[in-house]
Amino acid sequence: MYLAVGRARPPDGPAPTRTPSPARPAGRRRLTGTVVALGAVSLVTDISSEMVTAVLPLYLVLGLGLSPLQFGFLDGLYNGVTAFVRLAGGHAADRWQRHRLVAGSGYALSTLCKLGLLLAGSSTPALSAALAADRVGKGVRTAPRDALISLNCDERDLGRAFGVHRAMDTTGAMLGPLVAFAILWATVDAYDAVFVVSFCFGLLGVLILFAFVPGRAAAPARPPGTAAATLRQTLRLFHVPAFRRILCTATLLGLAGVGDGFLYLVLQKRLALDVEFFPLLPLGSAAVYLLLAVPLGRAADRIGRRTPYLLGHVALLGVYLTLFSPVAGWPLTVLVLVLHGAFYAATDGVLMALGGPVVPADRRAGGMALLQTGQGVGRLLASVGFGAVWTVWGMDTALVLAAAALGAALVLARVLLPAAPTPADPAPVTVPEPS
Amino acid sequence: MSLPPLSLRARITALTAATAVLAAVAVGYTVAAADGDGRPAASAAAPGLTLDKAPGLYHASRKGNVLSTPYSPSGTETADGARSRKTGLSCNRFYASGGSAVCIANHPGLSQKTKVTVLDRELDTRETVVVGGIPNRARVSPSGRMVAWTLFVSGDSYASSSFSTRSGILDTRTGYLVKNVETLQLYIEGRRYHAPDVNYWGITFADDDNRFYATVATKGKTYLVEGDMRTWKARTLRRNAECPSLSPDGTRIAFKKRVRKGTQDPWRLHVLDLGTMRETPLAETRSVDDQAAWLDDSTLAYSLPGRAKGTSDIWTVPADAPATGPRLLLSDASSPSMVQGGG
Repeated sequence: MYLAVGRARPPDGPAPTRTPSPARPAGRRRLTGTVVALGAVSLVTDISSEMVTAVLPLYLVLGLGLSPLQFGFLDGLYNGVTAFVRLAGGHAADRWQRHRLVAGSGYALSTLCKLGLLLAGSSTPALSAALAADRVGKGVRTAPRDALISLNCDERDLGRAFGVHRAMDTTGAMLGPLVAFAILWATVDAYDAVFVVSFCFGLLGVLILFAFVPGRAAAPARPPGTAAATLRQTLRLFHVPAFRRILCTATLLGLAGVGDGFLYLVLQKRLALDVEFFPLLPLGSAAVYLLLAVPLGRAADRIGRRTPYLLGHVALLGVYLTLFSPVAGWPLTVLVLVLHGAFYAATDGVLMALGGPVVPADRRAGGMALLQTGQGVGRLLASVGFGAVWTVWGMDTALVLAAAALGAALVLARVLLPAAPTPADPAPVTVPEPS
Repeated sequence: MSLPPLSLRARITALTAATAVLAAVAVGYTVAAADGDGRPAASAAAPGLTLDKAPGLYHASRKGNVLSTPYSPSGTETADGARSRKTGLSCNRFYASGGSAVCIANHPGLSQKTKVTVLDRELDTRETVVVGGIPNRARVSPSGRMVAWTLFVSGDSYASSSFSTRSGILDTRTGYLVKNVETLQLYIEGRRYHAPDVNYWGITFADDDNRFYATVATKGKTYLVEGDMRTWKARTLRRNAECPSLSPDGTRIAFKKRVRKGTQDPWRLHVLDLGTMRETPLAETRSVDDQAAWLDDSTLAYSLPGRAKGTSDIWTVPADAPATGPRLLLSDASSPSMVQGGG
């Protein structure tokens, strides 16, 4: 089923499910306001969340006098909850066809957590609850938001739409720490002011979402008169061959993708870099990601999304090899950060643009949650494995093995990924199912 | 949730108004927070105050002001800092010994940094080092020559964003600086040991300015190590001992021992006799997360969280007599260190 294209936002209600995309001149087409609005939501929300992330260690240790032991405990909790919640959020959005409401609840929950941190004081259980709820909010909102982008955009423009969204998102992530440290500097370590300002940004994000993103997708995902997507139907996405292939590829490449933290650590060890520069490394990658997200997204639309997605992973392979090569000093840093940023720009949004169209619209959020979770679980396992190999055989062996694994995964991915994904067959969607 | 759809213009107006309100709240709160809490001038040292002229218990207040309070074995001479003298220094951790002192303070900026300031007996700055991380522990050797510190570093740990620690040593006589002691040749239970996750913290020096003790952690276990500056080697003495502190007579080490799993009250202060390697739990039964400081050969001081959020109090406990319990020494204070009179 092709997506209906909404240039404007039609009011709620049935609309034709199959609108052929109007032929347009090859020049620049305008993205829908919804995509830009979602980008703006992510921008201010990321300012909000990265403000807190940037000052949290300082706040916990110097502001509250928490021991690292307690922080480690909080952190584990923090990261453990997302995968499950993401699937739940995606499924809920499909089931009720309420993408905006589910995403908005996620954004609102994370925003409330900023006040929670303020009120929690130094109570470890209260802090854990606030941080875990923040993660739940993040998990819940991601898949419905990406589904909203893909449902509100001409399929031919998906790459560019996700590129624009990710660029705006990254802009927010880069501004957040700046805002936070400006506040800490101006107020002489008033962490409460950071949380209050973060709350204001978060609330602004929720307001933009409800003001400028339509409650229903431009095209209703479910044809009128059909039953809501059940969990079984979402899981049945595995039977869609194109989706299965993309999911397997994403998971496989995830399994060969070492976590960012590790790569920066290797870089830091290679350069004997002082830890004070450590936090600047992710900033470098993010800047490259920001610059390349839109052009690579556009390229993906023009030449097909498979090529940039695979080339992005070639760039990651380039990161591994560069780290292992005799290149040293600042050229090493620049090369690694450029390749790493390019990897993200060519794969993160592009995967959604690749996978989105093959998922029937009424299960779009669930499908995207599956893709994100598959990739995320793969990366988590990859990092655990990399850490183990590093500990036992050393850094160089770990890098060589990672590069070998990624090379093999790339060959497999080239075979697995459909060259021109066939859009999902609408047939399974319309099967009425009593529920 | 089905409100009648508003026109685009109405939505823009509403959002603009909401943005103005939120901006007002954000700016207003920040301005109020900036007014209410002044940072003490970091360099305005009190005129004439030196380690020699103001012996006693040095400590940092909640806002980081370093004070000196007269102390005798019966306690501080006056109630809660009435006769405390301000040094004019502002530090997250402070320690003074043998005619020099170290002040480590959070250095604001985009990346987390700590400024390590080494001071002479006049409390004038001798040297400053800026290193990445969040202030945690600071120590000066008994002679005043060796300075050591521990910082928390986040984002460095490869498993996740959780903390690891990084310790450094500065030899103030030669200027030799070790920003990260992880290059020590480590022997765990007699065997040479390599691992990327090795972390050191809580360095305490012996009076020869060469031997030192510290905690090393790897694979979830902690060890007490004895280190040697000249050979740059360290060997473990025993398991499960953190934040060591060597007694003035050099015969015992106070440390915190992990007695419970999890995050609820994990530690208990113990003293290890280096001659017999026997350890004794102290009368302090609460969980102490601090590198204890010896006020004399029989008294330990350490900080515990105070009643209000973010505050701490200094307590003392006898190092050898389990019969007597802990005593509150100073409230709203941390980083105890004892400076003897007469220099």
